[in-house]
Amino acid sequence: MSITGKINNTLNKWMKASGPDPDVVISSRIRLARNLMEVPFPNYASDKEAKRVIDKVESLLEEEDNDFGLKLLDLEKIPVLEKEVMVEKHLISPEHAEPGQHKAMLLTDDESVSIMINEEDHIRSQILFSGLQLEEAWELGDQVDDYLESKLNFAFSEEYGYLTTCPTNAGTGMRASVMVHLPALNLSNQINDVLRAISQLGLAVRGLYGEGTEALGNIYQISNQVTLGPSEEEIIENLQGVIKQIINQERNARKRLMKQNKVELTDRIYRSYGVLKYSRKISSKEAMKLLSDVKLGVDLGIINDVSASIFNELMVLISPPALQRLTGKDLNSSQRDEKRANLIRKRIREK
Amino acid sequence: MLCQECQKREATVHLTKIINNKKKEIYLCDKCAQNKEELNFGKEGFSFNNLLTGLLNSEFGTDTPNSSLNLNYNKKVEEECENCGLNYAEFSRQGKLGCSECYIEFENRINKLLKKIHGNNRHTGKVPKRTGGVIRTRKEIQQLREKMQDAVQKEEFEEAAKLRDAIKELEEEIDE
Repeated sequence: MSITGKINNTLNKWMKASGPDPDVVISSRIRLARNLMEVPFPNYASDKEAKRVIDKVESLLEEEDNDFGLKLLDLEKIPVLEKEVMVEKHLISPEHAEPGQHKAMLLTDDESVSIMINEEDHIRSQILFSGLQLEEAWELGDQVDDYLESKLNFAFSEEYGYLTTCPTNAGTGMRASVMVHLPALNLSNQINDVLRAISQLGLAVRGLYGEGTEALGNIYQISNQVTLGPSEEEIIENLQGVIKQIINQERNARKRLMKQNKVELTDRIYRSYGVLKYSRKISSKEAMKLLSDVKLGVDLGIINDVSASIFNELMVLISPPALQRLTGKDLNSSQRDEKRANLIRKRIREK
Repeated sequence: MLCQECQKREATVHLTKIINNKKKEIYLCDKCAQNKEELNFGKEGFSFNNLLTGLLNSEFGTDTPNSSLNLNYNKKVEEECENCGLNYAEFSRQGKLGCSECYIEFENRINKLLKKIHGNNRHTGKVPKRTGGVIRTRKEIQQLREKMQDAVQKEEFEEAAKLRDAIKELEEEIDE
């Protein structure tokens, strides 16, 4: 496969920045946790029982046609590097990528639906859409869930809703999250106030790669904390409302910066662009920081010769596992920094 | 800003201490912050599971899982799920249940715990068609009742009568 082929193979929909409000919202995600009534939860299931979960899912796929085009993948048979790229693309969790028996997943060709089997719960369906599309993602998630439920007996109680391994997920079993890019709020030192307000509303804020990670490239994941009590629609409405306000605040901060510090801002953006365009070696941390500036520049119309999706794409492509996969061999960190700089230069020129 | 301890690395941790109403601010880098005992940022330090286990154990009046256990505590903790064999002490340590039956076996405590975590212990969202057949119908009846009352209030008696018949039909369905 050619390098471009490999890159395209690595990209999926959410990275193409085709959804609504792409200047601030990168992606929207719905995750549903479900368990089979008759099998102990994965952490307590025997080998045989874990295999039964996969068998049941397999027979569901054989017996009931799915319009979603879901295909079963045995993660034991997938190379480590491939799995790491799946983690970068947010298709599976880092834990699910680790070696272990009876780990599997269902995946659609466009990768908008991915379902982890035998992770913390028997089944964790995930819908990943580009831009702000929470309602659309839930609609599809609901349909996928109905399909799974047509043959599988989900553990459910009238009081507590869907029963999950960890009580923090019980009820709807739903985690709705939105990935946002907030460079102007950060530059104008408002980000901490915004984040504090968000957590007071019962929402959680995390860095790019989930719990406890730092906000590389000014990217934050905002999600609901409470899963039991409110309905799915209420959870989404609440999150959506907060996100819309954040979008407004970020856009206002951008306008203010353009008005009050235009030269400084433009200078910063062009400098970052310059480094990305000409550097021969770059760490992923520096690259993320500069790419964040360039994306801001594109969204503000300051930079016109780079496509808007370049940030989303490169965010995944420049990670160590993705670079490794592109070049097809083991690289040390110095070699990686070189490859990364080359890839960014090439990608930026291609438009 | 540079770290106040080592004066070498960039300060990334901002700590505000209030002792006897006196405010003291400290700026540290990651490394120095990790060495500070009062921050406890080490690997075993602050994590989601610690928080959850803290919640679980506070029920017994002990702050940490390692606190000395009194007899009463031991007795309570030895309860086991008949289906999967998980005992409550193990759950308190890991924060993970063993099977769906655990929710019934440890009903009382799970109920309180869910209330603590979610501020609520009553599901109002989606009900699965297969395992939730009766529940689904009951929910539907509830919704129809609300609609019926609405209709009565608006004096739309014809509509109310229709709703009443629909409710009756569904109720018979459950009884069968």
